[in-house]
Amino acid sequence: MSNTAVKQTNRTVLTLFKDLWEKSGMVVIYIILFIGLSIFVPYFFTLRNMIGLGLSVSMVGMVACTMLFCLASGDFDLSVENIVAFSGVFCAVIINTTGSVVLGVIGGVLGGALFGLINGTIIAKAGINALITTLGMAQIIRGLGFIVSGGSAVGIQKVSFFAIGNGSFLGLPNPIWITIVCFIIFGVLLNNTTYGKNTLAMGGNMEAARLAGIGVNKVKILIFSIQGAMAGFAGVVLASRMTSGQPNTSVGFSLDVISACVLGGVSLSGGIAPIQGAIVGVLIMGTVQNAMNLMNIPTFYQYVVRGAILLIAVLVDKFKETHRSSI
Amino acid sequence: MTPYLEFNSVGKTFPGVRALNEITFNIKQGEVHGLVGENGAGKSTLLKILSGAHPPTEGYLSINGEQKDFKNTRSAIDSGVAIIYQELYLVPDMSVAENLLLGHMPKKYGFVDHKKMKKIAQDQLDFIMEDIDPAKKIKELSIAQRQMIEIAKALLQDSQIIAFDEPTSSLSDKETKRLFKIIKNLSENGKAIIYVSHRLEEIFEICNRVTVFRDGERVQTFENMKEVTHDILVSRMVGRDITDVYSYRPRPQGKCILSVKEVMGDGLKKPASFEVKQGEILGFFGLVGAGRTELMRLIYGIDQKSGGKVKIDNKPADHSSPRASVENGLMYCPEDRKYDGIIPVRSVDENINISARRHYIKAGIFIDKKKEAENTMKFIKQLDIKTPSKDQLVGNLSGGNQQKVILARWLSEDVKILIMDEPTRGIDVGTKNEIYHLMYNLTEEEKGIICISSDLPEVMGVSDRIIIMREGEIVASLNRSEFSEEKILSLALPVDEEKNRSEINE
Ligand SMILES: Nc1ncnc2c1ncn2[C@@H]1O[C@H](COP(=O)(O)OP(=O)(O)OP(=O)(O)O)[C@@H](O)[C@H]1O
Ligand SMILES: [Mg+2]
Repeated sequence: MSNTAVKQTNRTVLTLFKDLWEKSGMVVIYIILFIGLSIFVPYFFTLRNMIGLGLSVSMVGMVACTMLFCLASGDFDLSVENIVAFSGVFCAVIINTTGSVVLGVIGGVLGGALFGLINGTIIAKAGINALITTLGMAQIIRGLGFIVSGGSAVGIQKVSFFAIGNGSFLGLPNPIWITIVCFIIFGVLLNNTTYGKNTLAMGGNMEAARLAGIGVNKVKILIFSIQGAMAGFAGVVLASRMTSGQPNTSVGFSLDVISACVLGGVSLSGGIAPIQGAIVGVLIMGTVQNAMNLMNIPTFYQYVVRGAILLIAVLVDKFKETHRSSI
Repeated sequence: MTPYLEFNSVGKTFPGVRALNEITFNIKQGEVHGLVGENGAGKSTLLKILSGAHPPTEGYLSINGEQKDFKNTRSAIDSGVAIIYQELYLVPDMSVAENLLLGHMPKKYGFVDHKKMKKIAQDQLDFIMEDIDPAKKIKELSIAQRQMIEIAKALLQDSQIIAFDEPTSSLSDKETKRLFKIIKNLSENGKAIIYVSHRLEEIFEICNRVTVFRDGERVQTFENMKEVTHDILVSRMVGRDITDVYSYRPRPQGKCILSVKEVMGDGLKKPASFEVKQGEILGFFGLVGAGRTELMRLIYGIDQKSGGKVKIDNKPADHSSPRASVENGLMYCPEDRKYDGIIPVRSVDENINISARRHYIKAGIFIDKKKEAENTMKFIKQLDIKTPSKDQLVGNLSGGNQQKVILARWLSEDVKILIMDEPTRGIDVGTKNEIYHLMYNLTEEEKGIICISSDLPEVMGVSDRIIIMREGEIVASLNRSEFSEEKILSLALPVDEEKNRSEINE
C-alpha cells in the first residue's frame, strides 16, 4: 500500500522535474550549477558574495528586461552600451551645472529615450534593419558622450546623488531592488498586456501581425524608446555607483545583455521570449563570472569560458527542440 | 499488380496527440491513390513519415518489398520518394531556376554552371507547361505559379513514388487541368502516386483507388472507384451524412454597408466600384491574377490606393492601415495563411484573440485571460479545431486547423464587413458546411461578407451576388437568379484564352 504511494510520489516528482526541464531547462541547469558551486567553491555561498553577485548582474538585468522585448519582436539593439555611457555623462554634466539631482536623472533617462526613439523610428518607418541602424547610432551616441564630457570622466559633486547606486534598503543594495522591480514590471507587461502580446506576435510573424490590425510601427518605436530609456536609467545608476560619468564605460555590454537573454532561451528570430529565461540567463552569466573570480581564473580564460557556455546553452536548447518534435 | 509502397502498422505520436494509429495499406505502381479525411486526420503526417521528415513511432514502411527506415529526407529522396508538401518551401528571393535546382545545381570547374541550370529549368518548366521566365524571382510569382514551381521541383528527381499534399488548393481550374494531365502521364509511366485532397471531385477524376482516414485511423480503402459515390466518401470521412454542403438559405438584405467608388491602385487596370449591403454575401470570382486580392488589400489598407473613395455606413473609410480598418469594423481574412495569417510560435489561444482582445481590455492595457480562454474554447468547439489544448502552438496544427484558427480570429471580432479570401482552402467538407452556416448567421445580424474564392461551385453555392473580375477590372455583377457556370466562366476568362479552354477541356 504505502509502497505504491511512494512510487506514486516518485513518479509525480519525476514528471514534475521532466516538465520543468521541458519548459525551462535552463532553470534546472542553474539550480544544479548553483548547488555545485556552493559546495565546491569556497566563499561562494556567503551573504557577502551573494550580494556582490546580485550587484554585479544588476546592470545587465535591468537592460535585459527591455532587450527581451526587442528580441521578442524579432529585432535587437546594439546601441545600449553607448546609451549607458552617454546618459551617465549627460546626467553628471547636468547635475554639475544645475545642481539638481532630479534634473540630472530625468535628463539621463530622457536622453536615452530620445536615442531609442530615433532607433525605433528609423527601423520602423524607413524599414532599415536593426543591425545597421543601432550600429550606426551606437557610434554617434558614443561620440556624443565624448563631446558632452570633453573626453574624460566627469566627477559629480552632489553627494546625495550617490545614494541611488550605493545606498541600500533592508540590507540589499538599491541596484538589486531596482532590478527586481524591473523584472516584475516587465514580466507583467510581457504576459498580461496587449503591449507584450503584440510584441510577441510581431516577432512570430510580422506580416500576420500587421494584417491582424496591430499597429506594428507604433509598437516597434515604443519598444526601442523604452529600451533607450532603460539603458539611460542604467547609465544613471552606474554613474551614481562610480560617482562620475564615464564616456568610455561598458564596452561590450550590449552583447552581454543579448547573450544573457539567448542563454535563457529567448529566440533570436523573435516570438519566443520567456521572462524567466532572461532572469536565469542573466544569473548564469553573472554566477559563472563570479565563481571564476573567486577561483582566481585569469581574465583571458574567462572570455573563453563565457563564450563556450553561451554556445553550449544554445546547442542544448536546439537539441531539446529537435528531440521534442520527433518523440 | 503487386504493391510497390506498403505501410505496415504505422503509428505516430506527438506530445499529447495520437496522429496516426496502426496504418496498413499499400500503393501500386501505375496507380493514383487518393487519400482523404478530415482536417487533422493524419494525412500530412503519413506523408511526412514517407518523406523521412518524421520517424514513425511504431511500424515501418517498405518500398518494393524492402523495409525502409529513413533517417532523414535525403535518404527518402535517394530511395525515390518525392513529396509535394501542403505548405510551400521556396526561397522567395531566389530565382525560379535556382529554386528548382536548389541542392543539386549543375557545376563546371566547381562553379555553378548558369547556362546549364537555365536549360534544365526551362525544360522542366516546359514539362509542366508553365510559361515563366526561369530568371524571375519567386516572390514575383502568384501563389498558383509558386505551387506549380514546387511541383516542377519535386518532379525533377525522377522519383518512383510521388505524393501530392493538397496540390490544387491554390491552383485555378486551368492549372489544375494541367496538373491532372501531368499526373496521368506520370502514372502511365508506372509511378506510384499518392494524392491528398479535400476536393472530392478531383479524387473521382484522377484516382484509381481511395483510402479514407479518420482521427488517425484508416477507415477503409475503396478498391474500385465505381463502387463509391461522393456521399459515401463524405459519410466515411465525417461520420455523418452531408447532403448539401452549401445549405444556402435566403436572408433579408438591408441598406448599403460598404461602398467602394472608383478605387484604383497597383494590380488593377481600371478603377473598381461596388457595394455590399447588410445581410449580403457578395462573391468575388476571377482567375488567379484577376486582381481580387489586390483590390481587397487596397480597401483594407495593406497597400495604398492611388485614387477612389471607400465608405462604411455612409461615412468615409479610406483606411491607410489594417489597424484603422479593424477599428472601423472591416476585417480581412488573408488567402496565404502561412505568410499573412498564423503566428506559428504562439498558441492557438493567442492567435485567436490577437485582435478581439481589445474588447475585453482592463485598465487600458491589461488583457483578460479568462475571457480570452472562453472565446478560444468556444471556437475550438464550434469549428471543431483539432488541438490537444488551447495552449498548443499553432505551427503544430494540421494545415486545415490552422486555417480554422484564423477564421476564429475574425469571427470573434466585432465585424461589420468581413472579407474572406479563399476561406475554405484546405478545409474538409464537414467544417466547410459549418463555416457556411456561420457566414449565413453573421449576415443575418446585418453584417456583410465579401467572399473571394477560386472554387466556382463554392462562390455559386454561398453568394447572393457575384462580381466577376478579369485582368484587373470588374467586368460583371450577377444576381443569384442569373448564376450559371458557363456564364461566369466565360466572363472570367481572358478573351484570347477562351479558345484555349475548349482545348484543355478535351
Ligand atoms: N509537429 C507536430 N507537433 C504536434 N502535433 C502535430 C504535429 N504535426 C501534426 N500534429 C498533429 O497531428 C494530427 C494530424 O495532423 P496532419 O497534419 O497529419 O493532418 P491532415 O490530415 O494533414 O489535416 P489537414 O487536412 O488539415 O491538412 C493533428 O491533430 C495535428 O495537430
Ligand atoms: Mg495536411
